[in-house]
Amino acid sequence: MTLTMEGDMTIYTAMELKARLIEPIGRHRELEIDLSGVTEIDSTGVQLMILCKKEAMAHGTTLRFTGHSQPVLDALDLFNLGHYFGDPLVIQSDHSREALK
Amino acid sequence: MNLDDALHTFIAESRDLLQQMEEALLRIEQSNDDADTINAIFRAAHTIKGSAGLFGLDHLVSFTHVAESVLDRVRSSELEFSTALTALFLEVCDHIGMMIDHVVQSSEPDPAASRELAERLKNYLAPAEKPAKAVDMPVEHERPFNTIGGGRVGTDNWHISLRFGPDCLRNGMDPASFIRYLGTLGQILSIATLTDAIPNAAEMDPESCYLGFEIAFQSDASKDAIDSVFEFVRDDCQISILPPHSRISEYLDMIRDLPDKEMRLGEILVECGTLTRAELDEALHSQSSGDELTAIGEVLVEKKLVHQPVVDAALEKQKTIKESRNAENTLIRVDAAKLDHLINLVGELIIAGAGTSLIARGAGMPELLESTAVMSRLVEEVRDSALTLRMVQIGATFNRFSRVVHDVSKEIDKEIDLVISGAETELDKTVVERIGDPLTHLVRNSMDHGIEPAEVRMARGKPARGTVRLNAYHDSGSIVIEVSDDGGGLNKAKILAKAIERGLVQPDAELGDKEIYQLIFEAGFSTADSVSNLSGRGVGMDVVRRNIQALRGTIELDSTEGLGTVTRIRLPLTLAIIDGFLIGVGEDTYVVPLDRVVECIEVTAASGHDYMNLRGEVLPYIRLRELFDVKGRPSKRENVVVVEYAGRRAGLMVDRLMGEFQTVIKPLGKLFGNIKWSGGFTILGNGEVALILDVGGLVNLAMGREEKARHGLYAVR
Repeated sequence: MTLTMEGDMTIYTAMELKARLIEPIGRHRELEIDLSGVTEIDSTGVQLMILCKKEAMAHGTTLRFTGHSQPVLDALDLFNLGHYFGDPLVIQSDHSREALK
Repeated sequence: MNLDDALHTFIAESRDLLQQMEEALLRIEQSNDDADTINAIFRAAHTIKGSAGLFGLDHLVSFTHVAESVLDRVRSSELEFSTALTALFLEVCDHIGMMIDHVVQSSEPDPAASRELAERLKNYLAPAEKPAKAVDMPVEHERPFNTIGGGRVGTDNWHISLRFGPDCLRNGMDPASFIRYLGTLGQILSIATLTDAIPNAAEMDPESCYLGFEIAFQSDASKDAIDSVFEFVRDDCQISILPPHSRISEYLDMIRDLPDKEMRLGEILVECGTLTRAELDEALHSQSSGDELTAIGEVLVEKKLVHQPVVDAALEKQKTIKESRNAENTLIRVDAAKLDHLINLVGELIIAGAGTSLIARGAGMPELLESTAVMSRLVEEVRDSALTLRMVQIGATFNRFSRVVHDVSKEIDKEIDLVISGAETELDKTVVERIGDPLTHLVRNSMDHGIEPAEVRMARGKPARGTVRLNAYHDSGSIVIEVSDDGGGLNKAKILAKAIERGLVQPDAELGDKEIYQLIFEAGFSTADSVSNLSGRGVGMDVVRRNIQALRGTIELDSTEGLGTVTRIRLPLTLAIIDGFLIGVGEDTYVVPLDRVVECIEVTAASGHDYMNLRGEVLPYIRLRELFDVKGRPSKRENVVVVEYAGRRAGLMVDRLMGEFQTVIKPLGKLFGNIKWSGGFTILGNGEVALILDVGGLVNLAMGREEKARHGLYAVR
């Protein structure tokens, strides 16, 4: 199953996003979350991504984030979380490449 | 009053903390630079501030904040605890206590008092310094940490450790923007994002911040510049910044300060920049057995990847987290009313049990007798453990007097030390609560009247500093509390003259030493030449005696002129249940507390005397038949119960001895207030009522008679 995120992943939308993101976890064996439509992401959004990853692991769902938009890539780069999610990223920055070594 | 449970806990805890703070402040007068004591004071102020913040008690937060800033300077050895500063902090302590009282009453304290104290505190802050930071910043001076060698970490990076508070996102502070801004000051070499604090989906609030960061940072900027990046989140956030080439000890301190609970050792080391992830992975790989935490540490040391002290510190942190949790688990706060209810029920259980035993004996069924015997033993054990629940150590009460002695000695300008012993002696909580006031009075009396001015003491060959002692110990079912001083002692002649002047005794009366001292407890009695602020107004000692008597206790004085005075308070251990000894007089049954009974003797020929020869000693006795005006003929064989009180013995002549009985003390109503020789009653198994005899009073009565008889004897001679 694929979930498509569009628009902002910020504190203003966090409440509803949490409900939407958590709902399919544990009900599907595989879940893909498409981030190509994300126009802005802040720490709240990143926290939600981490939450999804943790929940997916706890419930045995295989979770993949795909199509990271530039704002998402920047945020993951800033927090050095690329390796945490382990999803293939289209563009890799210097920092995260270093950390993966 | 409208207080929720959490606020109650806050108030109780804050009072405990203030108590500790006060004790530490008084200790610091003796031992100046003791780091532990200073830390204890700091911790108390810090915790109160933190908790007050949770309840939005802003006035309390802002006031304690100033106090904490000053303490921070003391902690970093920029200031010393001078006498003036200690005195100021005692005032601060009182002021915080007063503010907490206002919280209890949901009222607002006087802001002027806070402002005035805060101004005086600010004099101790360095002029250039802004009110100090809430977070302990590692600064460039040396830390008092000796177990570690001078080893320095090889990296030439800054190390920044950040834990954002839950509300910072809601307050519009995004951690991402701070890290981006930090990036403008230098190069972020690596960053570890801590995600462990994110709870599971059900508990996670997407608008709260759960993130923490460990950042290795390269920059030529000054510490202040880096510090200022986090200016806006400082109150919401825990920050430590370690400069390049920091000492290992500073990393160790940081490990200790990390808020995260039960972090895995390896993670701690990696996050601190002591190890790289690769080094840790390698160590984990070579660790063959399970995921034992200690083993990781050993493997790392073996491979020379970290210094042993670093591992020790990390392990110690894990251990203290666990230990503090264990300590929390062993203590529970219980509402005193619940305990009282339990003890009442146990009392009823004992009475009901006694009734059952009585019926069992009447029924003559051996099996039933056996089972009631087992049950009464169990009930007895339940009673004992229920009573120990109420027992508290007297130490906390005694320690309060350090402050009293400190303040009063300043006030009356005498140098006086307080020596406390027997602080671990336990007694009933209600007794502890009510003993405070009488003790305060006695201690003040000792300081004001007892201890002479320094010149007089020198002239008498005593040390210039006076000593007041508080002591407590158990003595046959009672607790004895002594207040003693090494002062001038009581002047017998003066007391007697005053008593005669007031018409308390006849001019020709012959009184023993103890009787003369007891006169002090008469209402309106004072021998002080001058009336001071503290004592000497003639109210007091009689109130003290009344308070003690209300607790079924007694008070007596012992004094040697020129050497000092001892005031001895004797109190029952508990107010609720005792082991009793049943005696019969005529048709009635009475109870004597068992721990007062020494022995029972059978006497056949009752002579006309009021005393008998007990193995060569004179034993005065009282015929209870006469005392209680019982009609009818006494039985042929009478028994004397020998009782002891405060080291003096007397006999009680009774008709029957009826054995032991667990006695639940019920107070006599006001209507019976004037019944002498009895302080309460109990209900027997058969439903009858028995009076509990006041042994102290009876012994005194017997002694009084004997003394008179002796005086008569001398007169004849």
